[in-house]
Amino acid sequence: MSSDSSSSSSPSSDPPPNGAPSASAAAREFGFETRMLHAGHVPDAETGARAVPIYQTTSYVFDDTDYAAQLFELKQYGNIYTRINNPTTAVFEERMAALSNGVGAIATASGMSAELVALMTMLEPGDEVVASSHLYGGTRTLFTHTFDKLSVDAHFVEPNDVEAWDAAITDDTKVLYAESIGNPQGSVLDFEPLVELADRHDLPLVVDNTFCTPYLCRPIDWDVPVVVQSATKFLGGHGNSIGGVIIDGGAFDFNKIDTVAEPSESYHGLEFPNTFGHQGYLMKARAETLRDTGASMSPFNAFMLIQGLETLSVRMDRHVSNAQTVAEYLEEHEMVANVAYPGLPSSPYHDLAQKYMPKGPGAIFTFELDPDAMTPRAAGETFIENLQLFSHLANVGDARSLVLHPASTTHQQLSEDEMRTSGLTPGMIRLSIGLEDTDDLLWDLDQALHAISQ
Amino acid sequence: MNSSLSREQQETYQHPDTIRRILREANTIAMVGLSSKSQKASQFVATYLQYKGYNLIPVHPKADSILGNTAYPTLEDIPEPVDVVDVFRPPRECPTYAEQAATIDADALWLQLGIVSLDAAEIAEANGLDIVMDRCMKMEHGRYQGGMHAVGMNTGVISAKRGRRTV
Repeated sequence: MSSDSSSSSSPSSDPPPNGAPSASAAAREFGFETRMLHAGHVPDAETGARAVPIYQTTSYVFDDTDYAAQLFELKQYGNIYTRINNPTTAVFEERMAALSNGVGAIATASGMSAELVALMTMLEPGDEVVASSHLYGGTRTLFTHTFDKLSVDAHFVEPNDVEAWDAAITDDTKVLYAESIGNPQGSVLDFEPLVELADRHDLPLVVDNTFCTPYLCRPIDWDVPVVVQSATKFLGGHGNSIGGVIIDGGAFDFNKIDTVAEPSESYHGLEFPNTFGHQGYLMKARAETLRDTGASMSPFNAFMLIQGLETLSVRMDRHVSNAQTVAEYLEEHEMVANVAYPGLPSSPYHDLAQKYMPKGPGAIFTFELDPDAMTPRAAGETFIENLQLFSHLANVGDARSLVLHPASTTHQQLSEDEMRTSGLTPGMIRLSIGLEDTDDLLWDLDQALHAISQ
Repeated sequence: MNSSLSREQQETYQHPDTIRRILREANTIAMVGLSSKSQKASQFVATYLQYKGYNLIPVHPKADSILGNTAYPTLEDIPEPVDVVDVFRPPRECPTYAEQAATIDADALWLQLGIVSLDAAEIAEANGLDIVMDRCMKMEHGRYQGGMHAVGMNTGVISAKRGRRTV
């Protein structure tokens, strides 16, 4: 499959030649940026509201008793209860599915709950997960400690060592998990061999695409079955709303996964993939896992995140070009030991980034300080204390530039061994490059770097 | 997407304009292979379409009635005009239903999601019937009328027109 299907690849999306009838709107495949603005929202008949209305309601009046019963049996499509679905949230969901080339999506309260809902729909006690060792610290903690309480074991392997993945898969393995760009190492996942391996074992591969967004990389175009991501980051883009999303490409046959395929005890023996076909996994994840965990997105957050999506491509292009400028500057700086940004030719992931994310590998990267006068850890703390423009906080993908010291914050719950296999060092600094003037960003970094030499 | 048909075959057998015309113009749908069991996929489709106002006629070898409507053993036993023949049976049986659909003067033959029969398509086309295959009638109706959107699915519908969520 091709990686570049962003706007016009099919005959029906080309403009019609003069005099020829154009394809109907229903038959046309609209481009990425048109979908950013329109997918999932048709102005309603009642008010004609052009912006997406916020349906701040818990529940919905049923047409009649028959309809209500059929709705609860999942025989009718419709709104049941905002813990399960909501008209504002549905716009965010369909828009993300449309941008990701998926068949559908489920919005969740956070990126973490997207992972939980996506995976708990597939897992049961005794199952195993094989995951990349280059993961966000919170994900690693979820897999290692919370899953352990549910009698699910996780095994971690180097993301691009396919033989290690193969060796870690057992008869109990139910799902494979990786990040398109590992947080915070900046390791770009080589999708093709891993997808091939997952296919060979009839296992679903779930990829966290948070650092890329569907504008920079669409794992489903590389035949990845299921994508999760934090919407809190670049999708919303303004650091104001927590959210997450699960997207199914619809191509994986979930009849192969017994926990998904077997008759549902909470729906009178309903077999989801048999009944709903390629929508079966998402229907089950929504009707069972989302229902039972209550990890749903609030309609207000969905509205805020929709505002972000409408400018996604414009923001991401600028995030990427600013990040490239900053990374190149730091690489040449005397107080910097190394910079791990896949946009730099010095990165071991540069070629993979060119292949899988040709518009740029995001705007989040790490670098290591090269202090003469203090320990790496102390240098990291001094550097962060002296920054004036970068905000020191635990988030990425804000319009503003952000800085973090992973060893003392996001990854501090990890043991030294876990930290090492996650590719982290005590003096590592993570940056998330925002949309400020790059001259100002470089000024700020330079003056803070000089502080560690004094 | 989500079809074993080639891109070219999808243009022919899953064309949105054909699908919307069938859904818009149909009144009576004969469902071949509609199960009498409540949790089978065909009942989900039938319950939905019935609620949307279509006149549903079950075709079943043994049942007297399904979902409150009289069932007939074959398409040819149905005593009223049929607009669409919707099939939930394996591909090898489909050419027979295509012939019967032509005999009873139906306007369209629709083979449900996962069912592909180019032989049935040939018969239907030769007799002037519209043909759709490997698509679900409930999903397609929900795609254009908005129900499928309500559960977070990608309908592909893009429109800046007011209130145009309709087949």
